Amino acid sequence: MDFTLSKQQLMAQKMYREFAENEVKPLAKKVDAEEYFPKETVEKMGKLGMMGIYFPTSVGGAGGDVLSYVMAVEELSKVCGTTGVILSAHSSLCAAPIYENGTPEQKAKYLPKLCSGEWLGAFGLTEPGAGTDAQGQQTFAVEREDGWLLNGSKIFITNSGFADVFIIIAVTGTVLDKRGRKSKEISAFIVERTDPGFKVGKPEDKMGIRGSSTCELIMEDCLIPKDRLLGVKGKGFQLAMATLDGGRIGIAAQALGIAEGAIDETVAYVKERKQFGRSIAQFQNTQFELAEMKARVDAAKYLVYAAALKKQAIMNGQKGRYSVEAAEAKLIAARTASDVTRRCLQLFGGYGYTRDYPIERMMRDAKITEIYEGTSEVQMMVISGALLK
Amino acid sequence: MKAIVCVKQVPDTSGKVAVKPDGTLDRASMATITNPDDLNALEAALKLKDATGCEVVVVTMGPPPAEGMLRELLARGADRAVLVSGREFGGSDTFATSQILAAAVNKIGVGPEDIVFCGRQAIDGDTAQVGPQIAEKLHLPQVTYAADIQKDGNTLVVKRMLEDGYMMIRVKTPCLITCIKELNQPRYMSVNGIFTCYDKPMEVFDYNALKDDPLIEVDTIGLKGSPTNVFKSFTPPQKGAGTMLTGDNVAAQLASVLAGKHLI
Repeated sequence: MDFTLSKQQLMAQKMYREFAENEVKPLAKKVDAEEYFPKETVEKMGKLGMMGIYFPTSVGGAGGDVLSYVMAVEELSKVCGTTGVILSAHSSLCAAPIYENGTPEQKAKYLPKLCSGEWLGAFGLTEPGAGTDAQGQQTFAVEREDGWLLNGSKIFITNSGFADVFIIIAVTGTVLDKRGRKSKEISAFIVERTDPGFKVGKPEDKMGIRGSSTCELIMEDCLIPKDRLLGVKGKGFQLAMATLDGGRIGIAAQALGIAEGAIDETVAYVKERKQFGRSIAQFQNTQFELAEMKARVDAAKYLVYAAALKKQAIMNGQKGRYSVEAAEAKLIAARTASDVTRRCLQLFGGYGYTRDYPIERMMRDAKITEIYEGTSEVQMMVISGALLK
Repeated sequence: MKAIVCVKQVPDTSGKVAVKPDGTLDRASMATITNPDDLNALEAALKLKDATGCEVVVVTMGPPPAEGMLRELLARGADRAVLVSGREFGGSDTFATSQILAAAVNKIGVGPEDIVFCGRQAIDGDTAQVGPQIAEKLHLPQVTYAADIQKDGNTLVVKRMLEDGYMMIRVKTPCLITCIKELNQPRYMSVNGIFTCYDKPMEVFDYNALKDDPLIEVDTIGLKGSPTNVFKSFTPPQKGAGTMLTGDNVAAQLASVLAGKHLI
């Protein structure tokens, strides 16, 4: 597999690095300590085309490619995991399903504003009793003459406190499966923040990615126009799973970035920190730890980039799916992020345990990548399911 | 109306500085960047483009790899680029460089409303000579050290920053302005700019393209046309750390230190 970056991809990577260093890193501590959602960063990213990197210019995107988007999430996450997931959830979980499933009218209405960053996007699948288990869905959408009436609630919705557009998964009826058993019919909808009966609840107090806005969504007789059905009625579960395949590449990129950022911080620290009359970088334990971490991070990186290239090929018309590639990338990158940040903190010693250094934040931020958009265990279900089918 | 921006690719002095045995910079082994002041010049031109829709042309003299830098400037928003490149131009000092760049700017064409923007100086030579020399050779009015530029009809009002104050200067177009970092905050490349910068026009002006300009003679360009000779270059010794005087009556303390050194 060829991972040679094109001239444009190298240039984009350079731009993201400068942007992350100058605009994102200085805010990272505040984002974590004050649970601060960096609105100004989102605005700046919008102006630079970073909120719609891989969508074509015809829908208001920047005309880039999937790998350039993945590298953006990676570079942002090196210095701030929160900023990385804001971009990932917005692009992969909201703009992407509209781009892939929307009618021409829906694309024209939502994509230009999402890609410019004027509107922020979110995705609502998870409920107190349902996530990957779609049959547990309790949010119902009833078709009426004047539109769809939604009732129910969603939890743990990334970006929700600041989002304008939400993709909502809901039950639209009952169908009989092949064996004649009753099951829930699931569909997807586009809901706007200003729709009547739609409310964003209180934010979660989280261990990591503390600036990321994670809230509950409440729909009480939320009436939306008929043209807000996204994709085909009854195909909402497939839409949600395909959307999560893309989302997982974004989260894998976030995990990769967190791990790389932790190594960057640690390399600088071990050269500076002196014990027994020399820098701790001169101890073989430090050298071997760093060497193994670097090798693991690079291995994760190849899986993440490979998944991005597969998604690109499919967007370009190649047949097939990239679910397994995305699951492998997320499984390995997320585990690597948790492992690497923990080991980096160990090299920092007592200082690493304090909030004076960013490494404990990175360790807290890393953990979520093993949980959201499908836990590591769900990724293994996806991979083994394909192996054993 | 257009804005022509003269830029230079320079060694990245924030990284490793490599020096050849003869004391000159080993440019080939150093990472390169766009000269920082030139990015302020480009930003001034792009602001003008935002306000008026004018065309922005970037021009540099350098070896063929300088195309990479020009593409990045196109990704920031410039419309087209000119790379002035030829063996005959090698070894030029500021005098010869300004001959060649002035000829290149002439070829691009300076209309009655046009503005030539340059950075104040390049971080490798720190001469601040090329901008003003281009202006002289093109017979354009020049304002150096611009910290603010306001367009007022067909004139510009420029705040010229000096060490101990500033001057407000009104200048008619066409003119040449050299820019300092206080002028603006250069924008980033945009993602769309990056993915379209290889589709934008890039012309190469070689010796043949410029040789008919009266500024271009065998003895006005390249090493032969350069009156400057580098005698020796070296890293100046670091200044020692200062001593801070604190507490009461620091003037008396200072006087006693100076007296101790027999300076007063």
